[in-house]
Amino acid sequence: MLRAYLVLLGCQAIGQVIHHVFRLPLSGPIIGMVLLLIFLRVTGGGSEEFNLAGQALLRYLPLFFVPPGVGVMQHLALLRTWWLPTLLALIVSTALAMMSGAIVMLSVKRLRWPRRPGAVLHPAVSGDR
Amino acid sequence: MTSIGSVASFLVQTPVFGVTLTLGAYEIGSWLQRRCGGSPLVNPVLISIVLIVAGLEFAGISYDTYLRGGDLIRFLLGPATVALALPIYVNAGRIRAAALGIFAGVSVGATVACASAVGIAWVLGAPNDLLRSIAPKSVTTPIAIGISEQINGHPSLTSVLVITSGIIGAMLSGRLYEWIGVRDWEARGLATGIASHGIGTAQMLSVNETAGAFAGLAIGLTGLFTAFLLLLATQLF
Repeated sequence: MLRAYLVLLGCQAIGQVIHHVFRLPLSGPIIGMVLLLIFLRVTGGGSEEFNLAGQALLRYLPLFFVPPGVGVMQHLALLRTWWLPTLLALIVSTALAMMSGAIVMLSVKRLRWPRRPGAVLHPAVSGDR
Repeated sequence: MTSIGSVASFLVQTPVFGVTLTLGAYEIGSWLQRRCGGSPLVNPVLISIVLIVAGLEFAGISYDTYLRGGDLIRFLLGPATVALALPIYVNAGRIRAAALGIFAGVSVGATVACASAVGIAWVLGAPNDLLRSIAPKSVTTPIAIGISEQINGHPSLTSVLVITSGIIGAMLSGRLYEWIGVRDWEARGLATGIASHGIGTAQMLSVNETAGAFAGLAIGLTGLFTAFLLLLATQLF
C-alpha cells in the first residue's frame, strides 16, 4: 500500500517539477497522470495492491473538491448580486458542452467505422448500435 | 479549569477541526444519496459545501481557519488525479480505437463550454472580472486556477465556479444522455469529463468503468485545449 502511494506521489512530484521548469499550462497532477500511464505501460500494469490503493483514492475523488468549494463563502458578496446570471451560464453551458461533446464524438465514431464487426467488445456495456 | 468556550476555540484552530467537519458533512451527503437510491441529483459535494458554509457562517469561523484542516483533504486531489491513469490504462485499447472521435469531441465540447458560459454571462450583464473567472469553468480545478491567474480572473472564484459546474454535470449526467438518445458509454464518459472534470468523472466511474476512463482522459485533454484556447483569445482581444 505504502509503495503504491509513493509511486502516485512520485509521479505528481515529477509532474510538478516539469510544470514549473517548462511552464506548461497543464498542472503537475495531470502531467503526473501521463507519467503514471507511461509507468504502467513500461511495467505491464500495476500489481493488485497498486490497483486497490488507486481505486481507494478514486472512490473518494468528489470529497477532495469540498474544501475548495467551501471557498464560495469568500465570494458571497459578488454572488449575491450575480448568482442568477452565473448559475444560468453554468447550467446551460454545461448541458450544451455535454450534448455537443457526446454527439460529435459519436458522429465521428460512426463516420470512421460504419459497421466494423467485433468493434463492440461488450454489447451490454456499449449498447448503442 | 477551562471553559467549554475556550476548549471549542482551541479545537477550531487545529487541523482536526476542518478534517472532521469535512468528513462528517460528506458522510451525511453520501448517506442522503444512498437513501435516495444513488440518484445523481442528490450530490454529496453540494450537500457538504452547503452544510459546512452554513456551519462556519453561523459560528463565525473564517475560511482560512477551516482550511487548516481542509487543506489536508484538498491535498489528496493531487494523487487522486494521478490515479486516474489506472482506468485509462485498462481501457487503452478502446481509447486508441476512438482517438479521432475523442479529439473532435474534446475540441468542440471544450469550445462550446467556454464560449457559451462567457456568452450567456455577458448577455446577462455580468462584470468583466466574473467573465474572466467563468471562462475556464469546465477545466479541472488546479489547471483552471492557473488559467484564471493568467487571464486576470479571480482564481478562488474560478475554483468555486469549476466545482459548481462539476456538480451540475454530475446531476445532469443521469438523464441528459437519455433525452438526446446517446447510449454509448464512451461518448457519455467523454462528454461528462469535458463539461464537469473530476466530479462528473467520479459519477461516471460509479456507473461504468469505461465511461470513467473516457471521462478521466477528457479532463486532461480539455484542460490542455482550453488553456491554449483562452491564452490565444486573450492575445487577440
